[in-house]
Amino acid sequence: MAEPQPMLALDGVSAAYGGFQALFGVSLTVAPGEAIGVVGPNGAGKTTLMRVISGLIPPRQGRIAFEGQQVGGWPAHRIVAGGIAHVPENRRLFPALSVADNLRMGAFVPAARGRYAERLAWVYELFPRLKERQHQLAGTLSGGEQQMCAIGRALMSGPRLLLMDEPSAGLAPVVVEQVFALVRRIRAEGFTVLIVEQNVRQMLELVDRAYLLDVGRIRMSGTAAELRANPDIQRAYLGM
Amino acid sequence: MSDRGRFLPLGAAALALALVPLFGPPSYVMHMAVQILLWSFIYTAWSIMGRFGLVSLGHGAFLGIGMYVPALLWNLYGVTPWLGIPLGVLLAVLSALVIGWPCFRLKVVGHYFALVTLALTEVARLSIIAARDITGGSLGMTPKPVPGGHSWWALQFVDKAYFFWIGLGLWLFGLWAWRAVDRSMRNPALEAIAEDETAAAAIGIGVTRLKLEVTLISAALTALGGAAMGQYLQYLNPETHAGIGISLQIVFAAIAGGMYAMLGPTVGAVLTLVLTEALRIAFGTTLIGAANTIYGVLLILFIIFMPRGIVGLIEERLRARGAKA
Amino acid sequence: MDIFLLEAIVNGILLGGVLALLALGLNLIFGVIDVVWIAYAELVMIGMYAIYWLHVFYGWPLLAACAVAILGVALAGVLVHRLIIAPILDTAPINQLLATGGLLFFLQSLATLLFGTNFRNIGLKLPIIEIGDMFLSYARLMAFVVAVLGAILLWLFLSRTFTGTAIRAIAQDRQIMGLMGVEPKRVYLIVSALGGGLAGLAACLLVLQYDVHPYIGLSFGPITFMICVLGGLGNLLGGFVAAFIMAQIISVGGFFFSIEMSYVLAFVFFIVLMFVKPQGLFSK
Ligand SMILES: Nc1ncnc2c1ncn2[C@@H]1O[C@H](COP(=O)(O)OP(=O)(O)OP(=O)(O)O)[C@@H](O)[C@H]1O
Ligand SMILES: [Mg+2]
Repeated sequence: MAEPQPMLALDGVSAAYGGFQALFGVSLTVAPGEAIGVVGPNGAGKTTLMRVISGLIPPRQGRIAFEGQQVGGWPAHRIVAGGIAHVPENRRLFPALSVADNLRMGAFVPAARGRYAERLAWVYELFPRLKERQHQLAGTLSGGEQQMCAIGRALMSGPRLLLMDEPSAGLAPVVVEQVFALVRRIRAEGFTVLIVEQNVRQMLELVDRAYLLDVGRIRMSGTAAELRANPDIQRAYLGM
Repeated sequence: MSDRGRFLPLGAAALALALVPLFGPPSYVMHMAVQILLWSFIYTAWSIMGRFGLVSLGHGAFLGIGMYVPALLWNLYGVTPWLGIPLGVLLAVLSALVIGWPCFRLKVVGHYFALVTLALTEVARLSIIAARDITGGSLGMTPKPVPGGHSWWALQFVDKAYFFWIGLGLWLFGLWAWRAVDRSMRNPALEAIAEDETAAAAIGIGVTRLKLEVTLISAALTALGGAAMGQYLQYLNPETHAGIGISLQIVFAAIAGGMYAMLGPTVGAVLTLVLTEALRIAFGTTLIGAANTIYGVLLILFIIFMPRGIVGLIEERLRARGAKA
Repeated sequence: MDIFLLEAIVNGILLGGVLALLALGLNLIFGVIDVVWIAYAELVMIGMYAIYWLHVFYGWPLLAACAVAILGVALAGVLVHRLIIAPILDTAPINQLLATGGLLFFLQSLATLLFGTNFRNIGLKLPIIEIGDMFLSYARLMAFVVAVLGAILLWLFLSRTFTGTAIRAIAQDRQIMGLMGVEPKRVYLIVSALGGGLAGLAACLLVLQYDVHPYIGLSFGPITFMICVLGGLGNLLGGFVAAFIMAQIISVGGFFFSIEMSYVLAFVFFIVLMFVKPQGLFSK
């Protein structure tokens, strides 16, 4: 069987903050419709990986192809317009804007503006809670609601690939469950997802394949089942 | 280089300068020299706080207060400037205290500080205009001249040499004050304030107090400079000697010369006055305002391309060369 | 109540409208770009001169002259950002304030150079309106109405459009604006144009009431800054309300004392309040 052309392909990507190098020659692929997980200890460079893909920081080396197009070095606003939405670490909502305004920000890219009303209705349907809270300031939402809002905001741009950086971080266990349910819904909607998670056990139930990132390098990759069966992963992340 | 080694040539230069009036230079040269000395003193006074990131637009107020208090006391009650000047300085220091203490306690910094001090300057300018019965309002005022024009009691002199010596003394006093601030206030601590206030506070530096001290010193010296300027010019005007215009002029000269170096403000004074004179001679009075358009553009260019001023740039070059050697 | 006092109060409200417009422009720029254009009132002066020359000298209809002034000052705003602010955007904010101080010098003296220090008036005689025993200037009333309309338009723009929402969002999290598809640099230019445009609109309203001269900026520049700080720099609503408070102090103060004293009162009020509420009147 021929490999399908990947939606996203990173090839030897390096990135740095000033003099500090955080990624060393990272290569990974995401096929259309796939859900891919990235795990790794704190400071491994997971967030940096997401930032490089979404254009918040430029790659120092290597190539990033999205749907066959080289997007490495594009500024973030072009990448969103190109179809990659990034739900950032810690959600980063605009706390003093209402939920509705946060969602409107998500639809800022010209191509998304025309379908704003339609997508808004769809996001509200996906997350009825957001509709109830649409006039509330985002900063006053509960943690789980904020995560819904952050995901909803990302969906408003009409992405084909969704990057999620630790969507369950800082949430109570029950809420973590809810967030994973959310992500499952997103998957069911047919989105391609690249997700970073500390809750490795739950994440592995959700993704097709996963990568292990450590000190800026890919240490391991495989299907969810392979990783679950790996003794190192079991010891370090699954508490077995 | 040791301090002694540094001040010896400076002392010799000062002495040589002090002898200049004895050779009877033309009145025009003396006029320029007095202005340079007095403005150098005032710009130095501003930089004493400006270099720590305390950018004040309130110095128009200190200057105006220092000028008007002795002149008004003299005109209204015949009080000698010997008493009027200290009172003016005191009033300037008080107003600096009223503004500075709450500002620093409440951590009003950066452009907030600039805007609050700007309010003070406007209060001074508008108060002077409002009191037009005694100050002449925006038309300005003249201290009553003494018969013959020469009096130590009135601090009025026909011979510019006296003002030259007064200016020279003040200028040296200003430089000395700069050094004194450097030393007594443990300069590294103050630099730390300018860089990062929270860090400074964390290592136990009394930030509020130190800031207040430099502010009061700066205000006092500025008022003193204003008083000397008033006595010399024998003409006071709220629009040119108080208000936002003069405040910005002080900032401009200090930045252009370099507010982080002791002689920077002096270089700034020389530069601005020579430039003004050159433009005046080149264009005469046909192009009123030409000088300030050029100042304006220069100020922008300096801030963008040379934020440490001329002296700062020279120091940098010297250091680079020293490092290479 | 004394009819003259009542007149002063009403005039204060009318003045407040124009000051509020200026405060909105400055606050917008501050809120989004985090800079203070200390030469803001001088941009207004440019607008006033533009209207004067187009209308009186070249005989343009007043409305056309006003439209050109608004666009022209908006363009000037863009230039201020591109030429002066953008190169030093990453340095301490005080540098930007001082650099626009250079612009203040420049514009004032350029006006002196080009137009001399004469006071110039567009010579439009608008009627005085009599309401009961009160006399109100039609020009002021119109200025107030237009200023309020301008504020409403701005509010609609900020609350109903994508760009307006981005303008409200940007100060809350600059780094992730890119993820929203927003290019901060472009928003800065839009806001600079908007701020300039508001200064241009204020110029149209002021030229109806006051003579223009190179130093006119000094008579309402500083008060506008104080209004903005009082309302909380960057807080549009706060600045709007503070403008009416300050205008009352000036107008009613002018009734009891002289006009300069009323300004002194306003500044002293400002200084005192800064120490009671350093983050602005409406901070919690
Ligand atoms: N803005 C920055 N400037 C300098 N260094 C940074 C910056 N952001 C991250 N780093 C460094 O880069 C490395 C990787 O950081 P990154 O945030 O990508 O890790 P992470 O895997 O997301 O960690 P976590 O699980 O804690 O979120 C870390 O050593 C971090 O200190
Ligand atoms: Mg991270």
